[in-house]
Amino acid sequence: MLEVTIHKKLGSFTINVAFSSGDSGITAIFGPSGSGKTSVINMVAGLLKPDQGQIYFDSEPLFDSEKKINVPPNKRRLGYIFQDGRLFPHLSVRSNLTYGMNLIPKNGRRLGFYDVVNMLDLGDLLHRRPAKLSGGEKQRVAIGRALLTSPSLLLMDEPLSSLDGRRKSEILPFISKMQKKFLIPVLYVSHSTDEILSIADSVIVLRAGEVVFTGGLDIKLVREHPEFFPTFGSNNGVCG
Amino acid sequence: MIELLTLTPLEKEALKLSLWVSTWAVIAILPPGVFIAWLLARKRFFGKTIVDGMTHLPLVLPPVVIGYVLLVLLGRKGVVGAWLYERLGISFMFNWKGAAIASAVVAFPLLVRAIRLSIEQVDQGLEAAARTLGAGPLRVFFTVTVPLIMPGIITGVILAFARSLSEFGATITFVSNIPGQTRTLPLALYTLTQVPDGEVGAFRLCVISVVVAFFALLLSEFSSRYVFNRIRG
Repeated sequence: MLEVTIHKKLGSFTINVAFSSGDSGITAIFGPSGSGKTSVINMVAGLLKPDQGQIYFDSEPLFDSEKKINVPPNKRRLGYIFQDGRLFPHLSVRSNLTYGMNLIPKNGRRLGFYDVVNMLDLGDLLHRRPAKLSGGEKQRVAIGRALLTSPSLLLMDEPLSSLDGRRKSEILPFISKMQKKFLIPVLYVSHSTDEILSIADSVIVLRAGEVVFTGGLDIKLVREHPEFFPTFGSNNGVCG
Repeated sequence: MIELLTLTPLEKEALKLSLWVSTWAVIAILPPGVFIAWLLARKRFFGKTIVDGMTHLPLVLPPVVIGYVLLVLLGRKGVVGAWLYERLGISFMFNWKGAAIASAVVAFPLLVRAIRLSIEQVDQGLEAAARTLGAGPLRVFFTVTVPLIMPGIITGVILAFARSLSEFGATITFVSNIPGQTRTLPLALYTLTQVPDGEVGAFRLCVISVVVAFFALLLSEFSSRYVFNRIRG
């Protein structure tokens, strides 16, 4: 269970959010660009320091401004899948995948290397360099690399936004499958209603740095609240 | 013909000394050079402009001035030099170590510039990604940053090495012109221009200098291309 209450000023923009997300399933952080989604998960990951507040995961503090706790990102045990993949260009796919895995003791590894490789269909890519991969392949490697660190929570920042429609529909099933197979809770940042409808169980809607809605996500909710989900039905998604 | 192609003992001595002095000069400035380059590329701190200026100063100062400052600081009666000699028995005067220091100071800004430029090009998102994968700052530096800036490090090292090879003014002012100790290629060449009938010897040293410099540049070109291709896959 992730519990977040944070306050952060970024220039003239202020982020003031409080939310919690469940032990399993995919929770979407949804909102238009500029609503502060990426800043929020960067703070969860420890890449951005909140001015004030608390971030607790399973009752363990990751950040607490009153207790002066700020766990560095490498000690947070969270997997982060970035919008732009961020594979290490100087390493092969295999070395990218094992980069984080090798940093945790063998008995702490909950996912087997080949389980992840097979699930994400990476077997044929292991010897390649990131420069020789397609956008979709890069994102699959990025997912595998994060999974292999056996994270207790996965953060995904618009992992499909750099892919075209067909590639998106290639990756989405992997994300759902991975979540069901390894039962790792996922925080999924997106601005696409279609995308989150097809994979997320619940949603946190952000507007201008504040939470305006949280709850379970289904088609009924989306239809009833066009003010939160304005893009639904527009042709930018994977369902239509 | 054979005599033309074999080096005389004096030439060999000067060439070996030049390579030795330059190698040590570069080895000595590489770690602080990478550190200062990183500091200037990534950190904001009080007095950054001063550090930046001090780093670049040897690039714009006449080398003779640098040699003189080194003499005042590190000479046997110098501010630091006297202490080093009396306490630790270390002296840089009139030996190859002094020549290496003169070369190091003069070459330092070139090394820092090249490395700093390549650090500025590194996508910091990759370093952030490595942090989220469980790597601490030092590990990130050595496993992500250093491999990515390797072309810059190689360029910097070769530039610094070449600058050391050509160092003249600071060396002759600081540690004089002593055969076998501080008489590197440029100093040997200068010496020959000062004696009657030295033209042929001077010309030969000139050719040797050109050949060495040319090989250094070739090596730089090939190695940075090789490393660059390795990084980009």
